Amino acid sequence: MSGRVLVGVKRVIDYAVKIRVKPDNSGVVTDGVKHSMNPFCEIAVEEAVKLKEKKLIKEVVAVSCGPQQSQETIRTALAMGADRGIHVEVAGKDYETLGPLQVSKIMAALAKKEDAQLIILGKQAIDDDCNQTGQMTAALLDWPQGTFASEVSLDGDKVKVVREIDGGLETIKISTPAVLTADLRLNTPRYATLPNIMKAKKKKIANVKPADLGVDLTSRLEVLKVEEPPQRQAGVKVETVEDLVGKLKETGRI
Amino acid sequence: MMNVHRFIVLSRSFGVGKRLLAGRVRHVGREATLLQLRRSFKTHSRNLAFAKDLFLGQVNKAEVFPYPEIGNEELEEINQLVAPVERFFSEDVDSAKIDRDAKIPPETLNGLKELGLFGIMVPEEYGGLGLSNTMYARLAEIISLDGSIAVTLAAHQAIGLKGILIAGNEAQKQKYLPKLSSGEHIAAFCLTEPGSGSDAASIQTRATLSEDGKHYLLNGSKIWISNGGMADIMTVFARTEVDVDGEKKDKISAFIVERAFGGVTSGKPEDKLGIRGSNTCEVSFDNVPVPLENVIGEVGGGFKIAMNILNSGRFSMGSSSAGMIKKLIELTSEYAASRKQFNKSLSEFGMIQEKFAMMALNAFVMESMAYLTAGMMDKPGLPDCSLEAAMVKVFSSEGGWICVSEALQVLGGLGYTKNYPFERYVRDCRILPIFEGTNEILRMYIALTGMQYAGKVLTGKIKEMKKGNIVMAMGMVGKKLRTSLGGSVDLGLTGKDGVVHPSLADSAKKLEQNVSLFGSTVESLLYRYGKTIVDEQLILKRVADVLIHLYAMTAVLSRASRSISIGLRNHDHEVLLANTFCSEAFFKNNYWMVQLQKHSPENNDANIKKIAKEVLENRAYICSHPLERTY
Repeated sequence: MSGRVLVGVKRVIDYAVKIRVKPDNSGVVTDGVKHSMNPFCEIAVEEAVKLKEKKLIKEVVAVSCGPQQSQETIRTALAMGADRGIHVEVAGKDYETLGPLQVSKIMAALAKKEDAQLIILGKQAIDDDCNQTGQMTAALLDWPQGTFASEVSLDGDKVKVVREIDGGLETIKISTPAVLTADLRLNTPRYATLPNIMKAKKKKIANVKPADLGVDLTSRLEVLKVEEPPQRQAGVKVETVEDLVGKLKETGRI
Repeated sequence: MMNVHRFIVLSRSFGVGKRLLAGRVRHVGREATLLQLRRSFKTHSRNLAFAKDLFLGQVNKAEVFPYPEIGNEELEEINQLVAPVERFFSEDVDSAKIDRDAKIPPETLNGLKELGLFGIMVPEEYGGLGLSNTMYARLAEIISLDGSIAVTLAAHQAIGLKGILIAGNEAQKQKYLPKLSSGEHIAAFCLTEPGSGSDAASIQTRATLSEDGKHYLLNGSKIWISNGGMADIMTVFARTEVDVDGEKKDKISAFIVERAFGGVTSGKPEDKLGIRGSNTCEVSFDNVPVPLENVIGEVGGGFKIAMNILNSGRFSMGSSSAGMIKKLIELTSEYAASRKQFNKSLSEFGMIQEKFAMMALNAFVMESMAYLTAGMMDKPGLPDCSLEAAMVKVFSSEGGWICVSEALQVLGGLGYTKNYPFERYVRDCRILPIFEGTNEILRMYIALTGMQYAGKVLTGKIKEMKKGNIVMAMGMVGKKLRTSLGGSVDLGLTGKDGVVHPSLADSAKKLEQNVSLFGSTVESLLYRYGKTIVDEQLILKRVADVLIHLYAMTAVLSRASRSISIGLRNHDHEVLLANTFCSEAFFKNNYWMVQLQKHSPENNDANIKKIAKEVLENRAYICSHPLERTY
């Protein structure tokens, strides 16, 4: 086994920022807005670095698909402990339509190229909430997948994954190579400390184009409109349970 | 010619002035001590940065235009470094709890250590981050969000270990800096004593050479020492006996003292109004043995080192105050937009709007000054920016105090409660005009350093004239005629080769006018008072205030010019801020300079002194009660 783990990291609008829709309803305002690494991707990086610290894997490679600024996100992963980075350059129109299908094709191609033992991704990105990239990547590679992982343990060439599902927790054992997606409770990501950020400057980030990987970026989706959620209406206070039932029947809820 | 005669008189009063200012520490007090200190820095040939030429009515454009820039790589690095620190402060720092418990929790301190914030400017080879002054100022913007943490970190690295950094030898650096950078050891700066605060040269702690001559025995006690209760390594200043040309003299030396040496005791933490999480206490030294190799620099050279240390850390108060005000603007504007009275939100009322404008203006000026100063300090050749740094400190401490108070005012009664952070910000900010050199002392330093420089230059010119340098004489006469005939001033800031962008031309003209008038004002003050100017605090206060505002105007014009030229986002707003500030500062400067003219009716100093004298003699308010009767 190569002992190499690929971790996907996505640059998204920072979770604390108040999102504003563009006046032409074509999307969300991103210019001049604070961006940072997707929180679930941070958890993915942390898990990979932990595995390396436990000496269960040998190398952590951080991958990001996007414009020039994606390099900042890769640098943060390097500062958290990843060994090297790969920046897949996607800019302009291609970036606007970049979605899970395209990214999963890229990840699959890279996994083959880099002979990866594991791919760890965040379960979903907080900007599109797709929750698809991990699953698609596994399907394209025909690898097993352990999604919504809240606990991961490596055992030889098998991985035991505890998954958070609607009914509770499900434990599965899958063989490597595999794709895992990180859920919230998997770990608490470390801070990229300033000394580590300085050290990370020396780590390498390779530049790759999607064409070099033989990936076609055309999107099958077209965004028609982006709108703000409807304004929340005021509630109505009722005196008795009968009133409540009556009102619910009135509005057709029951 | 009348003018030459005047200048000869001036030069004579200068000869006397120089001698007096030079020696006689005991007679003339601390201002002269500071001047004596400046002279021992070889101020006449040393590269004092920009501000000194303002005293001659000149703007040294090359020093401040264009606004200092950092490379793309450095900017990326700063932004990378800023992110985790911001996150740490917003998620893992509970300022309310720190203030309540008057203690920074160990987990928080550890987090700060791990982030690398204990050795920001220590070179990488000694375990630090090796960042520049500009980067330090940038980080200070975030660290200032919690006053107690800010002071703890500053006491540790801006002054505590700074002595080793700037004046220590290689062995000392290798021995102490690594553990100090990681935060394993914490540092403190021990200068102040019960009897010696502003008058730092009068400290009484003594270090006497031991019998075997291998170490010093340190005796004395220090007060108001930040980190005093937990510091492992202290920079202590004490009197030592030195041999000066066969005579035994008492001079101050700087020592690296380890708590582990024994004999060091810390008192109980002071119960303070603000920055309650920062540990401040008395530290006593009882026959503490300090090895000879722990003397920093030369024996007897301690005072110089102390002043260097203090001067080097001051500029960051500009960016830390700006960072805090920017945060306050966010918090306060949320409230002003949502709170409604008289069917309008607060943000629609003029008096509330004024407060926000004031906060924005202050933050803008402080930022501009801080990064201009940091940029100057980062230039090769290590120019001496102590004058500029002092100005940044005075402006930022007072501006910060006013802004924080007005922000609280916007929230009214709510702002007054502990449910909101405003009252804590107010309490934390009250220390700013006091520590790191009280603003009163710094104003004296600012005014006198500049006037000394101006005096020297003028004396030099007079000597030239006496030697028969006609060109010099004509030049001075010409200048006098021009200003007295009210001609317009052109210092090269505007026009074809001007360094200021055209949309700021009016403000630049105002600055030029102010600077020119300032130059003549300084000249006439020197002529009028000569050596006795050191005692005229109310005069010097105005001189300092004008200079501070001149520097501030220069900083905003330089910054805004650059923003327009490179097309930064919202540069129009910057132009608005710059022009507004310059217009206000122009008026204030003129008013102060009018008060500085001979027999100015706007100057109430004589009365003020009289009132003070009568009150202080009686140690009370002396008016009869308004209800009293005499019949």
